Amino acid sequence: MDTFVQQLINGLTIGSIYALIALGYTMVYGILRLINFAHGDIYMVGAFAGFFIAHGLGFAAEPSLVGFAITLLGSMLVAALIGMAIERFAYRPVRKYARMTTLITAIGVSLLLENLGVVIFGGAPRSFPQLLQNQNYTLFGNAAISKSQILIFSVSIALMLLLQWIIYRTKVGTAMRAVSFNLNSAKLMGINTNLIIAFTFALGSALAAAGGVLTAQYNPQIYPLMGIITGLKAFVAAVLGGIGNIPGAVLGGLLIGAAETFVVGYGQSVGIPSTYRDAVAFSILILVLLFRPAGLLGSTVQEKV
Amino acid sequence: MLTLENISVNYGAIEALNGITMHVEQGEVVTLIGANGAGKTTTLRTITGLLSPRAGRVLYEDEEISGLPTHKLVARGISMSPEGRGVFANLTVRENLQMGAYLKKNKREIAEDMERAYTMFPRLKERQSQKAGTLSGGEQQMLAMGRALMSRPRLLLLDEPSLGLAPLVVHTIFQAIEDIRSKGTTILLVEQNANAALRHSNRAYVLETGQIVMEGASQDLAADPRIKEAYLGE
Repeated sequence: MDTFVQQLINGLTIGSIYALIALGYTMVYGILRLINFAHGDIYMVGAFAGFFIAHGLGFAAEPSLVGFAITLLGSMLVAALIGMAIERFAYRPVRKYARMTTLITAIGVSLLLENLGVVIFGGAPRSFPQLLQNQNYTLFGNAAISKSQILIFSVSIALMLLLQWIIYRTKVGTAMRAVSFNLNSAKLMGINTNLIIAFTFALGSALAAAGGVLTAQYNPQIYPLMGIITGLKAFVAAVLGGIGNIPGAVLGGLLIGAAETFVVGYGQSVGIPSTYRDAVAFSILILVLLFRPAGLLGSTVQEKV
Repeated sequence: MLTLENISVNYGAIEALNGITMHVEQGEVVTLIGANGAGKTTTLRTITGLLSPRAGRVLYEDEEISGLPTHKLVARGISMSPEGRGVFANLTVRENLQMGAYLKKNKREIAEDMERAYTMFPRLKERQSQKAGTLSGGEQQMLAMGRALMSRPRLLLLDEPSLGLAPLVVHTIFQAIEDIRSKGTTILLVEQNANAALRHSNRAYVLETGQIVMEGASQDLAADPRIKEAYLGE
């Protein structure tokens, strides 16, 4: 029981990071029908932005909640700006061509960010500073939750609720949903659709950056290629939940995180080595594509003629 | 109010409009009739900036508007209920109407306009919290028209508002068109239902394979033997 609870806590911790990143994939897909392969790398950019903010402003030396909050918000802002720049200069010019063109552009942007990261930051991992004193709290038996895990949960949940509020309760959110359903109709409402698309990239990128900074509080190694595997898993999470579906991305993220941790925790006893943890997400992807291609919460809205 | 001068539009190598010239005056209901593929929808999409003409220009209130992005035209008082209604199926009826008022800032005016849309189409009020995707075709058409009016347009473009609707609903829609006209909004109406369109308009243009082949007062065209044979099924 202790182990199960412990694995569940660990799984949901990683899962909420996947969920934050998956939201960006799903929002961009919802609005442009584009799999933004560079999104995982924005998570990396966010982590590095946080690294430099924390060091630059001296939060690395002196852990504090204020320092953590400023680092988090600062990295979200940097990532939002970079996300908008990518949309403006890489995707918008090719948006009018076949969808495959944009997809290949996305792969190109992803490679660019990764290799630019290696050139600028070097390939060796860096250690992200601990921004809050870490501490473990025993729940019962041997199950424990660390302060950084609590932080990951609470910040992720707060950000997801904020996103939910933006999308379903504000005018710009309603416009995002309108644009995602029918771009031309949205234009006819007087909506500046380019602005809404840029805003969507900003939101998604900010969430990915938050994921980057939060992960770094839990697992402090950051490196330019860190976004590849995490990004792919978050993408699988978005597909599992139903790509384009916001609650689906959160659900998919938590499920992938839990599944992965359980394989590490229990796999050995049924003959699955823990090194298969990365294979879990992709096995799930294959199963989803075979049996429920629309994802768990995905559905197709019937259009009346 | 609106003038099209020698407008030509291509889809790749295919010519959809071949030098059409037409005008709509303040307070008129002008209809554009023609068969499938004649270029009616292309004309409206060109006026609203969703397509750009290869040649020619579009003038609105004496200013050239060809090349302006669609959202700027809405700000200038042009609104369109698009082909196939184009309602946001994933949004509620009320949210659809709110999107129609996207550029409006005055909350009180928006509330008034929404009431006006509900008065015009009481069915929409009953269903205001429902997703637009759950509405019937006729209700979706009412929503598309109500939504197009939310921006208080001076020029309203209607693309096939009666397409695929039951006769009773078609009647309601044309009733609404009369109502909108009586309140001073200029209307450019694209229709396959030539009969109803000619009865509810002042002037008409007939479009065939991207060219205007006839134009005149709607009454005269309705009496023209060629129109009767080709479009009125007599």
